[in-house]
Amino acid sequence: MQSKISIKDLDFFYGKAQALFDISLEIPEREVVAFIGPSGCGKSTFLRTLNRMNDTIPIASVKGQVIIDGKDIYAPGTDVVALRRKVGMVFQKSNPFPKSIFENVAYGIRINGIHSSKEDLNDRVEKALRDAALWDEVKDRLSMSAFGLSGGQQQRLCIARALAVQPDVILMDEPASALDPIATQKIEELVVELKKNYTIVIVTHNMQQAARVSDRTAFFMLGKLIEYNPTQKMFTNPDEKLTEDYITGRFG
Amino acid sequence: MEHRIIDQQLDLLRDKILLLGGATEAAVNRAMQALVERDSELAKKVLDEDKIIDQMELEIDQMSIEILALQQPAAHDLRFVISVAKITPILERIADHASSIADAAIVLNNEPQIKNYVDFPIMAKTAAEMLRSALDAFTSEDSQLSREVIKRDKEIDSSYKRVFNELLEMMIDNPQSTTGAAHLLFVAKHLERIGDYVKDICELNVYLTEAAFIKHSKHS
Repeated sequence: MQSKISIKDLDFFYGKAQALFDISLEIPEREVVAFIGPSGCGKSTFLRTLNRMNDTIPIASVKGQVIIDGKDIYAPGTDVVALRRKVGMVFQKSNPFPKSIFENVAYGIRINGIHSSKEDLNDRVEKALRDAALWDEVKDRLSMSAFGLSGGQQQRLCIARALAVQPDVILMDEPASALDPIATQKIEELVVELKKNYTIVIVTHNMQQAARVSDRTAFFMLGKLIEYNPTQKMFTNPDEKLTEDYITGRFG
Repeated sequence: MEHRIIDQQLDLLRDKILLLGGATEAAVNRAMQALVERDSELAKKVLDEDKIIDQMELEIDQMSIEILALQQPAAHDLRFVISVAKITPILERIADHASSIADAAIVLNNEPQIKNYVDFPIMAKTAAEMLRSALDAFTSEDSQLSREVIKRDKEIDSSYKRVFNELLEMMIDNPQSTTGAAHLLFVAKHLERIGDYVKDICELNVYLTEAAFIKHSKHS
């Protein structure tokens, strides 16, 4: 198994309070890894260590290593902007910019200077929207406000926006938790489609969603990684009793 | 441990399959008793009660599907429901074999006794013991016991071979006994099949307990 991301002995602190304890985990390239666990278990915090999103919290500190493509992203001199371009993120609540559909996707391409011409920009926006399975629904109204889209479409627009800057890894923090079942199904189908080209890490409260979309599942509790196994094993015969109790609803 | 909605349903499902197991076991024992003791009334009772067993099978099927659809069980819960759903039709088929033995008993009881049924009770006893142990192993989730029961299937297989040869010789030596001997041959075959089915149940017990598939492997 070729690891895209290797996490080694990771501790995480909010001030003096430790939120993650000694986590080591390998995330293979072009697989979907799901993080599950009760609220407050540290799964979202852990997800945010993978592109240094937690840097925005002044009292946060990290020990240990997160190695992506052979480089420790916490090493001094790391270009955090470049890191976040390479490791994109989609949040629970869709957060389009107050701009047109086109501009939402074009924005990242422009500020990163990825395009070579206006035509190239158009092509890149179209490709991102196609990859996010949104193109057919919006191609005739690209200049309209992104806020006119449905919740599910807005979330796919955010995925398109993340894809537009050509990341390798996409982190998704409960991307479908605010969506209805049909919109959720589209996001899940998209996740499965995207893993052909991207490595995806998804935090979800929906156990069935983790079971449906992921190749591997990591179960966290109280800031500790309790079990990490192929999803099929996790849901039919987990190694740890705590995992069994959680996925069968004995607590949570 | 918190009480879950699914627990009540899994308990009910467990009760239902144990009742089915008990009814199946009784059917096999009674069918053999009807044959050995030449009791046609008892044989008819076995045939009548097969309808109840069929009904039990349907109820368990429906309940298993309902739990899968509505509760979406995982891990041990999932293995339990799957095992129950797979063991149920096996028990129903064992009961069908008991009915076939009862049918044969009714025919044979109208004919003069052609053979001292020494081997049959032994074979039937082995089958009944295996069935009981398989159901016990299911209840207690004892995969060790399940593996021991699987080994005993060989005892039934060798009894079957012995009975088969004896009945064949009887038919050759005494052509008048052919009809009765042929019915007895079927009875022996039914018992042999019951042994195979009990083995299948034990393989599912091992799946339930260890999440291991031992069917079609050297371990089975």
